[in-house]
Amino acid sequence: MFYREAGQFKATYAEDNRIFPIRQDRIVFAFIIIFAFLGVPLLASIGLVSNYTFTAILTPFLIFSLAALGLNILTGYAGQLSLGTAAFMAVGAFASYNFMLRIEGMPILVAFMLGGLCAAGVGIVFGLPSLRIRGFYLAAATLATQFFIVWCLTKIGWFTNYSSSGVISAQKIAILGYTFESSMSKYLFVLSVVSVMALLAKNMVRSNIGRSWMAIRDMDMAAEVIGFRPMRTKLMAFAVSSFYCGVSGALFAYAYLGTVEPEGFNLDLSFRILFMVIIGGLGSILGSFLGSAFIVLLPIVLSITIQFLEHSIGLNLPSGIGSSIELMAFGSLIIFFLIVEPHGLARLWQIGKEKLRLWPFPH
Amino acid sequence: MMNKRIGEVILSFENISLSFGGVKALTRIGFDVREHEIRAIIGPNGAGKSSMLNVINGVYHPQEGEIVFRGKSRRGMNTYESAKSGIARTFQNIALFKGMSVLDNIMTGRNLKMRSNFLLDALYWGPAQREEIAHRRKVEEIIDFLEIQHIRKTPVGRLAYGLQKRVELGRALAAEPSILLLDEPMAGMNVEEKQDMCRFILDVNDQLGTTIILIEHDMGVVMDISDRVVVLDYGKKIADGTPDEVRANQDVIDAYLGVAH
Repeated sequence: MFYREAGQFKATYAEDNRIFPIRQDRIVFAFIIIFAFLGVPLLASIGLVSNYTFTAILTPFLIFSLAALGLNILTGYAGQLSLGTAAFMAVGAFASYNFMLRIEGMPILVAFMLGGLCAAGVGIVFGLPSLRIRGFYLAAATLATQFFIVWCLTKIGWFTNYSSSGVISAQKIAILGYTFESSMSKYLFVLSVVSVMALLAKNMVRSNIGRSWMAIRDMDMAAEVIGFRPMRTKLMAFAVSSFYCGVSGALFAYAYLGTVEPEGFNLDLSFRILFMVIIGGLGSILGSFLGSAFIVLLPIVLSITIQFLEHSIGLNLPSGIGSSIELMAFGSLIIFFLIVEPHGLARLWQIGKEKLRLWPFPH
Repeated sequence: MMNKRIGEVILSFENISLSFGGVKALTRIGFDVREHEIRAIIGPNGAGKSSMLNVINGVYHPQEGEIVFRGKSRRGMNTYESAKSGIARTFQNIALFKGMSVLDNIMTGRNLKMRSNFLLDALYWGPAQREEIAHRRKVEEIIDFLEIQHIRKTPVGRLAYGLQKRVELGRALAAEPSILLLDEPMAGMNVEEKQDMCRFILDVNDQLGTTIILIEHDMGVVMDISDRVVVLDYGKKIADGTPDEVRANQDVIDAYLGVAH
């Protein structure tokens, strides 16, 4: 009833090409952005949003969203399956650390950029097999990336500044003399980076480069015949995707954990991010955020439910069963989504919107 | 009247041979294509028609022979070069990008005309946006021409077969090709759809002056719209000439109807 675009006429192609062509979408989106930047800090200042919410929910949600976005560019848009996401994140994190450590007065944002570029370089190298192989075989090749990078970071002391345990402590995030110390300021920092990068990603996927990725994904032979060059397109997808993963890895180290070791970027993390992309929706920017929210929130919701059950009906579960239930729910949801809606939450959202346009009428 | 506009030879083949392992797909094929003409390639199934198109736009590389394109002689083409030099095509089994909208599919056809790089694309600002809109305007002209305005935002996977064929033609036209290769553009269509498609092909040829190389099984269509026809059978050329000449050729009749032994 409220979600109608009737009467909204587009007089120029610029208007038609907007990210949100429908006015209601623009209003909702503007509201979300304002709420995220102003509303959440305001609520925090009157004590409604706790530190725990910032450090355990909002910040990791945003960082994983960025990593999922990176993987979505590669897998969802360009159709190249990758299991090396965590490795690219590790490259970003450790490269940023070393730039900060070894270059005097390195601005943090530049270090993140350079970290991302290092990840992009690694992405290009490990993307080379994609020129000859695809699908599961490519996934196996990217698996090699995963193990090789973690092995390198563990074995070569220089990367971790010869720390005996292999653990690095990320430097403080400071911009123009302001240090981001509190959990809320870190949240705002991450939010700004993620918002800008999500906007850039959206712009890429709606312009020529994005179309080249999707063309290669949908029909590589036809893409070649109309003039896209497969090598360039695929390697570009690997580079951009790895850049995003690299920056998210740097944020993971600097704004979320503070101290990280190479083992923190293991295959488990790669799989988590792949699940986010699958559950959220392949080939959708929004899906990356939905998938990340889902997977960050799921354990929290499950543990609260289990606690609630224990308290309310005096259910006495053996300790540790919560995490087992979590794993089981996780696995079954993945299977559920693969069968029912391979395009994930983003598609459900889209179907919902289409229904909403008609509601309350059947046609 | 039609012959007046036909120009010089722009593409010619000499002794093209192509084989896959022991299978000979094409044996010493030679013919030429004149500018602005509609050139049909016909023949029974497996005669090597699609292989011939694949040779023209560089998907297959012939083992022997020579291609002369715009006065330049070469052994084979590669796909990028041939797209760059103005050869566009459609496929026998529709090869659209299923996950993308009609508009985006046709926009991909313009990729070689786009200048902006991915950084400008990412900012979607200034020149990148202007370029996107300029190309959008061109694409809308094609959408108007093919009468598919109502489906421009629909994902192509949801469209009926006939419309998909039309979108594929649109994608090829978006490149503003000088030579258009059409691989069975009317296969599986009903009469009205065929008439529409014929009209589009003739209009493209007439208004834009595009040279068209066409594979088609519908003899009525081929004899009606093409200027010259080359007939292949078992990878060999058995006839070449105007529709009337080809129709009267005994080898062609034998190839299609069989010979009494």
